[in-house]
Amino acid sequence: MTALLDVAEFSKLFPVTGTSGTWTRLKQRFQGGPEKLSKVHAVDNVSFRIEKGETVGLVGESGCGKSTLVRALTRLIDASDGSVRLGERELTLTPARYFARDPDRARIQMVFQDAGESVNPRFTAFDAIADPLRRLRKLGGKALRQRVETVASQCGLPLQLLTRFPHQLSGGQRARVGIARAIAVEPDLLVLDEPTAALDVSVQVVILQLLQRLKKELGMSYLFVSHDLSVVKLLCDRVLVMYLGKIVEAGPAVEVFDHPLHPYTQALVAAVPRFGEDGATRLRLTGEPRSPIDPDPNVCRFYGRCPRGTPDCTKAMPELRQFGTREVACHFAEEFLPPAWAKA
Amino acid sequence: MTDIAVSPQRESSLAALTKHARYALSENPVTGFAFALFVLIVLAAVFGPHMVPYDPLASDTSQALKPPSTHHWFGTDQLGRDVFSRVVVATRLDFFIAVASVALVFLMGGLAGVAAGFFGGWTDRIVGRIADTIMAFPLFVLAMGIVAALGNTVQNIILATAIVNFPLYARIARAEANIRREAGFVEAARLSGNSDWRILSFQILPNVFPILVVQMSLTMGYAILNAAGLSFIGLGVRPPTPEWGIMVAEGAAFMVSGEWWNATFPGAALMIAVFCFNLLGDGLRDLVDPRRRT
Amino acid sequence: MITANNNKAPALAVEGLCVEFRTRSGLVRALDNVSFNVAKGETVALVGESGSGKSVTAYAVMGILDPAGRVTAGRAMLGGLDLLSAKPSQLAEVRGRDIAMIFQNPRTALNPIRPVGKQIADVLIRHGNVPRREAPAQAVEMLRAVGITDPARRAKAYPFEMSGGMCQRVMIAIALAAKPSLLIADEPTTGLDVTTQAVIMDLINDLAAKMGMATIFITHDLALAGQRAARIVVMHAGHVVENAPTGEMFAYPRHPYTAELIAATPDSAASLDELASIPGTLPDLRRSDLPPCRYSERCPRKTDACAQPLPLAAPGATHIVACWNPLPAPELGAPILIASTESAA
Repeated sequence: MTALLDVAEFSKLFPVTGTSGTWTRLKQRFQGGPEKLSKVHAVDNVSFRIEKGETVGLVGESGCGKSTLVRALTRLIDASDGSVRLGERELTLTPARYFARDPDRARIQMVFQDAGESVNPRFTAFDAIADPLRRLRKLGGKALRQRVETVASQCGLPLQLLTRFPHQLSGGQRARVGIARAIAVEPDLLVLDEPTAALDVSVQVVILQLLQRLKKELGMSYLFVSHDLSVVKLLCDRVLVMYLGKIVEAGPAVEVFDHPLHPYTQALVAAVPRFGEDGATRLRLTGEPRSPIDPDPNVCRFYGRCPRGTPDCTKAMPELRQFGTREVACHFAEEFLPPAWAKA
Repeated sequence: MTDIAVSPQRESSLAALTKHARYALSENPVTGFAFALFVLIVLAAVFGPHMVPYDPLASDTSQALKPPSTHHWFGTDQLGRDVFSRVVVATRLDFFIAVASVALVFLMGGLAGVAAGFFGGWTDRIVGRIADTIMAFPLFVLAMGIVAALGNTVQNIILATAIVNFPLYARIARAEANIRREAGFVEAARLSGNSDWRILSFQILPNVFPILVVQMSLTMGYAILNAAGLSFIGLGVRPPTPEWGIMVAEGAAFMVSGEWWNATFPGAALMIAVFCFNLLGDGLRDLVDPRRRT
Repeated sequence: MITANNNKAPALAVEGLCVEFRTRSGLVRALDNVSFNVAKGETVALVGESGSGKSVTAYAVMGILDPAGRVTAGRAMLGGLDLLSAKPSQLAEVRGRDIAMIFQNPRTALNPIRPVGKQIADVLIRHGNVPRREAPAQAVEMLRAVGITDPARRAKAYPFEMSGGMCQRVMIAIALAAKPSLLIADEPTTGLDVTTQAVIMDLINDLAAKMGMATIFITHDLALAGQRAARIVVMHAGHVVENAPTGEMFAYPRHPYTAELIAATPDSAASLDELASIPGTLPDLRRSDLPPCRYSERCPRKTDACAQPLPLAAPGATHIVACWNPLPAPELGAPILIASTESAA
């Protein structure tokens, strides 16, 4: 069965800018060839699938590469290496610059973190929702108006608010505008980049329940990016944990958070404030993350902060290995497995 | 700092703008005064030539160099022309020069700057080098040079003023476009199927325009002064065309001998106009900044 | 864990604080009769959603309200000094030395053009009575105490060269340099990664315990408050609605809003359908006809009694609730609610 989205060995590297002038870079280029330029490995050899109707969560902290990955998947930037297949179609063959006019543009849409920033301050709510309909569905006049109103109602946005500007709307209302705009063209895959991070807890509940409902009604798949593990646990079927450009763990959301296998996931879960717990816990990450610039391909990215690190971790990069429904990239994964699961 | 619960009011965008305008004007009465003065200048420019008591070009040497009186409110100049009529009629020319220069530099500098800021790369480098080259000259000397090379016409004065102000507009526009290039709504526009040019025209430019408008008001004052300065040294408008600068130039010679009205009244008109545009620029900034709206 | 202590004189006693803001759309009654105590060495969390007034409370106490804001009533007693009516010279002495504050965005709270070591030294010299020559060395020690590696080198660095977590540590170092008796932390970890948040909160708690310092910790994250504070004060629309020791508050929330807030926190539910949102919306604080209880219009437990002014706390009560129809909690017994003798605000 073809997955809705199939990402294979995807990498995105950025040249390090600003650290060397034109002269130094020219020298590097001619003396050492282009490979000698220092590169930030924002996303490094990432592979995963999203099935139709699934909600996949993507968690990781700042610098882990999830923003870059998301921007590449939504074709705002190009890949450096690897493949991104949407159904049967290989997306990396079309440069990002030209994808805006592509017939498949409507199939992947995104809801942004801060709807206040992602809606043009000079656009009304109506304009914001109408824009993709005008550009991608070529709607106009009465048909456009009807579609915008339908979508706004689906998202629980009162119609009289459509004439307002973003700064005249509350946080929750702005979030609804962002969602309405994204689903207006009926995408197959909706990427949500921390959509409730800027919202109050009570508003967050309403928006999450709305997203849940919309997914069922419209048959979409979600890629839900968040730093809030409690929310991911509630909303997502599966979760991917990223650290410094690599996926370190993957599996069903509830299982990953209740029994994390990778030391980083364990530290992440331990750090989340839970009701009924006090702050005293022994598992704390010390030190700073390793540099993402030209990392050593043989050293585990988490080495140095990992409470379990041994010299073996510098000999070979741990690959993502499968254990039943779980995947872990750690040499010591077996030690954390429940005994019934030990790899045969 | 304060997250206060505010229930939104229902308003159409025009009603909101007028309400905001009234508030901005009431907060700062000086802006209101500048605006009224601006309207007066526009009226003088539009209707002046039809309403003045004397033909500004009609000379009557028997009436030369008469001081201000009930017949000639501002007196007469060395050729017997009524100074008042000339000052009022000159409003149209000077205002036209100001507006045309500003429009031209906004188009040239604004578009070039926005393209440079948005696309970066070679566009940015080329626009940057052009701006640097212009800024290497003392600006008035450059204006003089352009007019001297191309000839003393009103069009060339406008062109010279526009070129001299190009770096400023390009720099402002570039900075604003650069900031917004990575903004969330630009990415959202890409996801909605907008090509780069559409984004530039409909997303970026409308957000950059208000900031340039403030600068435009200030440039209008500068444009008039520039034209006046060029006229003063003989590189501007040619006689007998009434223009404030040239009137000051011709009248300056008579200051020493006591006929002060020749230079003073056009000079005062110049001062008032520039003053008005500067105040207006300050006020406009308050008006167009969307963040200051309720 | 830090224990609550009501016997000795409190480090800070806020009584009847009322704050108004003049805005172009009207007078906003941001705070109404806010009262709570912070015992010496206690960590109190001030919890609420946006618009609850928790930050306004802190800013009013520190005397750094927006110019459009005015304190119209109330006292904030720090030791024997009322911060709200103190002269600017008295405030300048007290700020930094006895009471300090750290803010949400560390990068914007630090001076971007001054090395961090110098910023710490400034406080040491001004408030810590440290001679000028010794201040740089002590600044380096402060950096070490807040867990910054290689502090001697980092002292010469500028804020933009440091990560968010490190900047927050620097801000803590600046705040604690003169060993104040009270620290106000306004959402200090919002915007930081959760692992960094854990480390920073550990740091604040450890230093507070070592120095016997009281802390007011402002946050919208109820779970975080529960983890780090001995006592929680819940605010809604400018009122204090509940004030109780942490364990008791989560086990037996008495105010309907507190219960709803707990039920809306993702951590409290096993599935998305179980999460409950809070009914209604915040009232418009510009209204002149606000009811005495600002939650009553959206409260499912509203009764006729709710039209009267909010009840006062019984003296010595440890679990204070501002409600005439609080949730029942048989283990705690019925709350003692005293009718206010003042007319409605």
